[in-house]
Amino acid sequence: MLNVLKMAGRNLMRYQRRTLLTSMLIVIGIVAVLLFISITGSFKSVMIGQFTDSVLGDLEVHEKGYVASIDNLPLDLNMSAAVTSKVEGTLNRDKAIAAYSPRVKLPAMFSNFTETTSIRINGIDPKMEDATCPLLRGRIVEGPKGGPLLKRGEILIPVLLARGLKLKVGDTIVLVATNREGSVNGKTFVVGGVLESISGPGGRDGYIDIADARELLRMTNPEVSEIAIRLKDPSQLNQATTALRKDISGITGKDRKPVLEVHTWADLSPFANLARMIDVMTLFIKITLVAIVLVSVMNVMIMAVYERIREIGAISAIGTPPGRIMAMFLSEGLLLGLAGTVIGTAISLATIYALNVWKISFTFGQQQNIVLAPAIGAGDVATIAILVIGMAVLASLQPAWKAARMDPIGALRHV
Amino acid sequence: MSLVNANNLVKTYRAGDIEVQAIKGVDFAIERSSFVSFVGPSGSGKTTLLNMIGCLDHPTSGKLTVLDTDISTLGRREAAEFRGKHLGFVFQDFNLIPVLSAYENIEYPLLMVQSWPAEKRSQRILTLLEAVGMKDQGGKRPDQLSGGQKQRVAVARALVTNPELVLADEPTANLDHATAMRIIELMKSMRDEYGTTFVFSTHDPKIMAEAEVTFTLEDGRLQGNSNAEEVSHA
Repeated sequence: MLNVLKMAGRNLMRYQRRTLLTSMLIVIGIVAVLLFISITGSFKSVMIGQFTDSVLGDLEVHEKGYVASIDNLPLDLNMSAAVTSKVEGTLNRDKAIAAYSPRVKLPAMFSNFTETTSIRINGIDPKMEDATCPLLRGRIVEGPKGGPLLKRGEILIPVLLARGLKLKVGDTIVLVATNREGSVNGKTFVVGGVLESISGPGGRDGYIDIADARELLRMTNPEVSEIAIRLKDPSQLNQATTALRKDISGITGKDRKPVLEVHTWADLSPFANLARMIDVMTLFIKITLVAIVLVSVMNVMIMAVYERIREIGAISAIGTPPGRIMAMFLSEGLLLGLAGTVIGTAISLATIYALNVWKISFTFGQQQNIVLAPAIGAGDVATIAILVIGMAVLASLQPAWKAARMDPIGALRHV
Repeated sequence: MSLVNANNLVKTYRAGDIEVQAIKGVDFAIERSSFVSFVGPSGSGKTTLLNMIGCLDHPTSGKLTVLDTDISTLGRREAAEFRGKHLGFVFQDFNLIPVLSAYENIEYPLLMVQSWPAEKRSQRILTLLEAVGMKDQGGKRPDQLSGGQKQRVAVARALVTNPELVLADEPTANLDHATAMRIIELMKSMRDEYGTTFVFSTHDPKIMAEAEVTFTLEDGRLQGNSNAEEVSHA
């Protein structure tokens, strides 16, 4: 086999310029694909991180039917204290879970005593929320960033409302909410901080202590609207979701049917569609690469066979087995693919490294200076390498087959 | 038993509706270690006959045995194996592999057709390079060699696997007369040294005079055979 490869290498060097051009084409294709995957992957993970680490968590547990009506923040679909306690027991035992945060969510009227608007209130346990959504603190653009995320009687308000109602840290506002029984209650809060908005959910969300939320709603039992969960390893999202769904399926209602639902961040965020679009684009880029490799290698190999017909006739006449002739041409395709892959991968990895050194930042929605950290997994590199080398060999198959099946007499007569 | 035996050999080509009979029922035998030529004008069937003896083509009818093997029974793969094992070829256009040196061209059949160990291979190639007078030219590529030198390398390549039979189709057609004579002399000396049977085709009367046995073909028919003395007297 080594001799066949050596021979193939010599044959490729016969037309150095053509070999170089074809390899360059493969190199460019590989660089384009690997850079696209690494940059879009980085963009995707940064954006997903923004949603999961500052708003949604990786997973959320709700009462059945809550998510279907989530725009209304229905108070009659909260989890009871007993159910919440069972879920928390399950979450405490689950080794895949890093932290969780129970929340009480409610719609409220927000007033600075002269103007009134609506707000979505998240009642949170500051410590648990901090552990589950560590980037929430990073979104505070006004107000203290150290110390507890929130104190009793304080509210974190979105920048949208702070600007619209000309509010600053230390100002007093009033929240008015209607509880599930229809009773209206109001409570004053001090603005503890102003939160930068992110695109998608959270643009009109304010945060108060969970105890204040329950007080505002005059809850006699400590109900919970949702429990946001942070995983130790977000890449294990699907496995963790499946395991959690199984674990909480035993929590049933009076009719012995499960009362809870588990949703991933992708189920709750419109960004998931954008992420899917990125995946589709990556697929199309990969298909383009396959086409480039197929066409360029096939073109070269067809030419190689056509130009060497007499030579093929001679080596066939002197007894070279057809299988070995085929192997020689397949090896040429293999070496072309291999050379392009090695060089292309090296250039891609060097470029990715350089992009990380230079730290390119971008703006997404309201968020500015998001630093791009392109990275590529060994799995992606291996997949692309195998794909390209496989395609190069596949593209050589027909010309190699033709060479192996060539009639030596006709080939020797070829002019 | 003769090395090659042909009985009522016929080869017909079909081009659309037209049938062309290139060989029209020939009988001949070639003995071991002989130096044989097929002569005749262009289109007389020399190359067709050599192709069939070389297992590159099958007869349409009749029987042709080479080394006791009926060549019409050989499939593509078996024929290639047979050629690689028992036959050597010298071509009119040399057909050396341009990316390989003279040494590597001679080495090719030992590497890609048979699998000789490196040391034995090297010994054999150096012996042959010396035998064909190309000892100092082994590192040169075909484009750095003259026509005569290329054909010397081609003869060495044909002999490197110790074949019983070497077939040479117009081996001197692209060479000047002096070089052509030297190649024929070389082939003859190789026959003397290794006992290899050489069968070649030519239409050069001076070259055909060098053959010990000459078969004359005309329009696909064998006009007879003669030994060297008869040819030189003619």
